[in-house]
Amino acid sequence: MSALYLRRRIANWVALALSGLATLLGLAFLVWILWETLRQGIAALDLKLFTKITAYGEDGGLANAMVGSLIIDFIGIAIATPIGVLAGTWLAEYANRTRLGEAIRFLNDILLSAPSIVLGLFVYTIVVLPITSLTSGNTTFSGFAGGVALALIALPVIVRTTDEMLRLVPSTLREAALSLGVPQWKLTCQILVRAARSGIITGVLLALARISGETAPLLFTAFGNNYMTLNPLDKMASLPQVIYQYANDPGDAMHALAWAGAFVVTMFVLLLSLASRFVLSRNKVSHE
Amino acid sequence: MQANDGVTAPGMIQEQRARRDARDDRLFGWLLKLCALLVLAALLGAAGATLWGGREAFGHFGLGFLASSAWDPGSDTYGALVPVYGTLVTSAIALLIAVPVSFGVAVYLSEVAPRWLRTPVASAIELLAGIPSIIYGMWGLFVFAPFFADHIKPWLTNYLGDKPDDGKLSWVAAHVPFVGKLFGSDSPFGASVLAAGIVLAVMIIPFISSVMREVFQTVPTRLKESAYALGSSTWEVVWDIVLPYTRSAVIGGIFLGLGRALGETMAVTFVLGNAMQLSPSLLDPGASIASTIANQFSEAAGMQKSALMALAFLLFVVTFIVLLIARLMLRRLAHKEGR
Repeated sequence: MSALYLRRRIANWVALALSGLATLLGLAFLVWILWETLRQGIAALDLKLFTKITAYGEDGGLANAMVGSLIIDFIGIAIATPIGVLAGTWLAEYANRTRLGEAIRFLNDILLSAPSIVLGLFVYTIVVLPITSLTSGNTTFSGFAGGVALALIALPVIVRTTDEMLRLVPSTLREAALSLGVPQWKLTCQILVRAARSGIITGVLLALARISGETAPLLFTAFGNNYMTLNPLDKMASLPQVIYQYANDPGDAMHALAWAGAFVVTMFVLLLSLASRFVLSRNKVSHE
Repeated sequence: MQANDGVTAPGMIQEQRARRDARDDRLFGWLLKLCALLVLAALLGAAGATLWGGREAFGHFGLGFLASSAWDPGSDTYGALVPVYGTLVTSAIALLIAVPVSFGVAVYLSEVAPRWLRTPVASAIELLAGIPSIIYGMWGLFVFAPFFADHIKPWLTNYLGDKPDDGKLSWVAAHVPFVGKLFGSDSPFGASVLAAGIVLAVMIIPFISSVMREVFQTVPTRLKESAYALGSSTWEVVWDIVLPYTRSAVIGGIFLGLGRALGETMAVTFVLGNAMQLSPSLLDPGASIASTIANQFSEAAGMQKSALMALAFLLFVVTFIVLLIARLMLRRLAHKEGR
C-alpha cells in the first residue's frame, strides 16, 4: 500500500465519518428540542388550559389564546387561499415563460422567506393605523389585522404550491378540453384546478402550519387580550403571543403555562405537516 | 329561405357564445393577473411602508443613523449600529456553524447512508424546519442558555477569554490577538451573541441541508461513475465532482439560510439578552434588528417608533438583496439542467 493511497483512504474515511457525525448532531438537536417540549409541555397539561382564560394569570389557562389563534389563522387562510390559488393559476396557465410571470414567480420565492416582522410592520401601517384614525382610536389593534399579516405569510406558500401542482397536470388534458371548444376559464376552474386539487390542499395545509406558529407579526397587529373575544375587530390573544409573553415573565407557573402552549402549537404544526404529506401521497397513488 | 335561416341562426348563436366566452376569458385573465400582482404589491408595500414610517429618523439623523451606537429614548437619539452589528454577527456565527454541518448532512444523505436510511433521516431533519421559531426561542431560553452558561461559557472564558474566573490568563488569550476580547465576559448569564448564533444555526441547518441534498441529487450519475471508474474515493467524488458541478446552487442554498437568519425574530429575541450595547465579546448580550423591534415597537412613540421603522427598512433591504442572490444562484443550476 503506497503512502499516497493510504493518505487518500484516511482522508476519505475521516470526511465520511465527519459527515455522519454532522447528521447525528442535527438529529440530536431535533430530539433535544422535541423531547424538552414534550416533557415540559405534558407535565404542564391540565384541563384548565382549555377552559380558563389568561386573565387569571397563574391560575388561568389559555382558552382565549387558543380561540384567538384559531380565528386569526382562519382569517389569514381565508384571505390567502383565493388570492394565492388565483395568482398561482395565473403563473402556471397564463404567464408561464412570460417575462412578467417569471419575475413574479421569482419575487414570490423572495416573499416566501422575507422577514415576518417586517411584514407585521407593513400590516401595522396599512391596516392598524388607518382603522385607528377611522374610528378615532376606538379600534386599534385587531384580530383582523393579525389575520391580514398572517395572510401575507401564507400567500407565497399557496402561490408556489398551486403553480407547481398545475404545471404537473399533463398538457394533453388541456388540449383535450380546448379542442372541445371549452373556454379557458372553464378549463381552469373545472378541469385543471380539480386535477391539481389535492396538491393545492397540501399547499393550504402547509401554509396553515407555517402561520400557526408565527409570533412576530402578531405583536403589533392582533396585540393580545386577556379576555375571551370572538369579535375580529377587538384586540385578540393568540397562542404564540401568549407563549412569548409568559416565557418572558419571571414566574415559574407562567413558564409552565408557556410550555403547555408550546406543546399544543408544536403538536398542531406537526399534525398539519403529517396531514399535508398524507394528502399528497394519496394523490400520487391515484395518478398511477 | 328556410334553409338559409337554418344555417344563420345557429351560426349567430355560436358567434354570440364565442364572443361571450372571449369576454369572460379576458375578465378571468385580468382577475388572475390582479391577484398575481398582489405578490408584487406586498413586497413593494413592505419596503414602502417601512421607508415611509422611518422617514423622520432617516431625515433627522441622516447617514449618521447607520454609524451611531446611541440608543437612548431619554434624549431621543437613536443609531442603528448596535442592532445592525448584532444581526450581522449572530448570522455570521450561524453560517459558520450551519454551513459545514449542513454540508455533512447533505453528503451523508446523498452519498454515504444506506438507501433504507435516507428517506427517514431526511424527513426527520426536515421536521426540524417545520418547528415554529417560538419553540426554538423557548428551548433556547429555558434549556440551551442555562446549559451554555453552565458548560460551554466557563470553558470558553477560561481557556480563550481575557477575563478568566481564576485570574490566570490562558496561553491563547495571552498570545493570540483579539481572541481574548472575543471570549472575555463578566456577565454570568447564558444569553449572549454566541448562544443566539448557535440557536440560529440549528434553525437554518435543515434549510441549507435540504437545498444541498436536492442539488447533489441532480448530478448526473455518469459523471460520478466516471470518477469512481478512475479510482476516486467517495470523498474525492464529492469534493471534486459533485461540489464543482453544483457550486452555484450550494452558494444559493447558503444565502437562503442567511436570509432566514437575518430576519429571524423569536428564536433570537429570547437568547440574545437584548442589551443595547456594543461589546467586542461574543459572550456578552446584544441586540439584533428584529429583536429590538419586537421588544420596543408596541411601547414606542414618535422618533423611537420612526427609528424602529427605519431599522425594519434596513433589514428588509438587506434580506431582499441576500435572497435575490440566493435565488439567482439557485436558478443557474436549474438552467444548466434544462439545457
